[in-house]
Amino acid sequence: MPVAAALALAPTLRLRERDAAAETEALLGIATWAMQCTPNVALDFPDLALLEVSGSLKLFGGLKKIEARLRQGLAAMGYSARLAAAPTPRAASWFARAGRERLIADAALIERELSALPVSVLQSKDEETLSSIGAGSIGDLLALPRDGLARRFGQGLLDALDQALGRLPDPRGFCVLPEKFYAALELPAEATQAEALLFAAQRLLAQLEGFLAARAAGTRQVSISLAHRAAPATRIELGMVVVRREAAHLALLLRERLRQTALLVPVRAIALEVRTIEPLAHCNQNLFDDELREEGNWPRLIERLRARLGAAAVHGIGLCADHRPERASLPTEPNARQLALDFNLRPFWLLERPQALEEKNSIPCHHGPLKLLAGPERIESGWWDGADVARDYFIARTADEALLWVYRERSPEGAWYLHGIFS
Amino acid sequence: MPGLAAELQHHPGIWRGNELARTACPGIVTGFAALDAELPGGGWPCGALTEILPQHEGIGELRVLGPALAQLAAQGKFIAWIAPPYQPYAPALAAAGIDLERVLIIKTTRDGDSLWAAEQALGSAACGGVLAWPREVRFAQLRRLQLAAEGGRCLAILFRLTRAAREPSPAVLRIALATSVGGLALSILKRRGAPLSRPILLPALSAAGSNPFLRFDTHVVDSTPSAAATAGSLPARLALA
Repeated sequence: MPVAAALALAPTLRLRERDAAAETEALLGIATWAMQCTPNVALDFPDLALLEVSGSLKLFGGLKKIEARLRQGLAAMGYSARLAAAPTPRAASWFARAGRERLIADAALIERELSALPVSVLQSKDEETLSSIGAGSIGDLLALPRDGLARRFGQGLLDALDQALGRLPDPRGFCVLPEKFYAALELPAEATQAEALLFAAQRLLAQLEGFLAARAAGTRQVSISLAHRAAPATRIELGMVVVRREAAHLALLLRERLRQTALLVPVRAIALEVRTIEPLAHCNQNLFDDELREEGNWPRLIERLRARLGAAAVHGIGLCADHRPERASLPTEPNARQLALDFNLRPFWLLERPQALEEKNSIPCHHGPLKLLAGPERIESGWWDGADVARDYFIARTADEALLWVYRERSPEGAWYLHGIFS
Repeated sequence: MPGLAAELQHHPGIWRGNELARTACPGIVTGFAALDAELPGGGWPCGALTEILPQHEGIGELRVLGPALAQLAAQGKFIAWIAPPYQPYAPALAAAGIDLERVLIIKTTRDGDSLWAAEQALGSAACGGVLAWPREVRFAQLRRLQLAAEGGRCLAILFRLTRAAREPSPAVLRIALATSVGGLALSILKRRGAPLSRPILLPALSAAGSNPFLRFDTHVVDSTPSAAATAGSLPARLALA
């Protein structure tokens, strides 16, 4: 339809230039994603991807299952596609181009099915001539004498027909997966809302999941960059505790991060990049959705918490072989292996910074005078790293019966400090 | 008729006002027999919110929980500490038998984040215990936490100030901690069952002499010989009281 006619019908129509580079990019993205179904993906530019699935039928449970999977994935990435399957690549591409979504597995049926297709699927320069001689469909062409057809339209046409019918081999060059993943998406309209960005990002994440599944890999680090018109791009790094690839989980983490990120300028495009991938085997799904599986999901919880609160805010705790109390307990990665060390009686709570205590009549006071119950325990250590301590620790009781861990500096002043609270 | 009465007595849906509620999920043993006897389910309730209202921090609120936490960690479940008032100190946790590998500390800057983190932790089956120290909680937020707790099988403990005792709360168990002569007094403000008027007394952390931990014959002096030599001279008033 000419532009003028289209505009006359729909005056609000927005016209956009066709972008060949973007189409190629999209097709490559689809090819990478589709490699989760088969390692053999060939491209027929500008709009066709061919998947050799005969080797994957058993794994995925048949042609119908693969088709459903492809459809679902393509929809998640925001594409609409016409899918067709046939015993030969050329026949499959003809069905797809003609918009006939057939799944033909039986080679015996191919000739009958192909006959119904219009000659336009050949994408031949002689299309008009063919129609004028009364050959409107592939079936009409097949009925014509072969030598005459070859003389009139060239051997190429005959070869194409033979390849479609499986009489001639039709070798294709398969795509090779890139080592890194990069995909970008230009937003239809500039957005500042986290939800709108997430919607677009989910398409990229779906593509990433396919790429990682094809490589039987996952990643711990996903970089997302949000491009703005005038300002430098906003970068978001998603870090994971374990190797992952599920798009749904990554989207959840991204949602938390986007909510935390203040976007002052609208976002024009989203790019997603994964630089290092790590092997991640397919895991068997449990027959029953029981809690045992959930219990092993602690990394999921930690990632979710870290996405919102920051990586440093969520940590484990570990012992360290140091006599200085402030160094005996250190933040660690959650679930990290721990040393087994013995200490004397220690308080449950440690103050981040010792709090100076008043001294009245040579008795330390904290909401009233303290009664020293036990001590001293002398800790004198750390002269080698400049943070040396020389302290006498006591367990003290306050007037309101709380037990405190206090110390006196071993210095001429002998100042008292509160360092911990027994609980 | 007697048969019917007996049957009614054992019907799970019928509860008599003078007895403790029967719970579907057995509680987590507290490690203190006197306390277990007074709690429905025979321990800390799981899958429900518990509030602990200490008179002041350091009164013994962690000591009360210690055995239960050790038990949960031993089962391989994580214990989330959300917005604790001070740093939990690893040597003491290890001494209480809590597996440090299972301790997860979550620091937050806002109350909203603490409650969010608590809700996430309660909803995850990875956590066996969730301890949270929110500063201000509204009733609606408590209700939300209670619902999150009901969804899981966690020990869910909220530490609140004593003055919160006057406010209504959807928590199924509320315990106020206060000191009393020779120990810690636990008053059960609310439980599923008849109210308890007298507090439960737990013996205090035995102070001197009897506790083997309190013998300080192991000074640590990693220092120059001259400093070590002076270590023995201590003022008399600092001896064991």
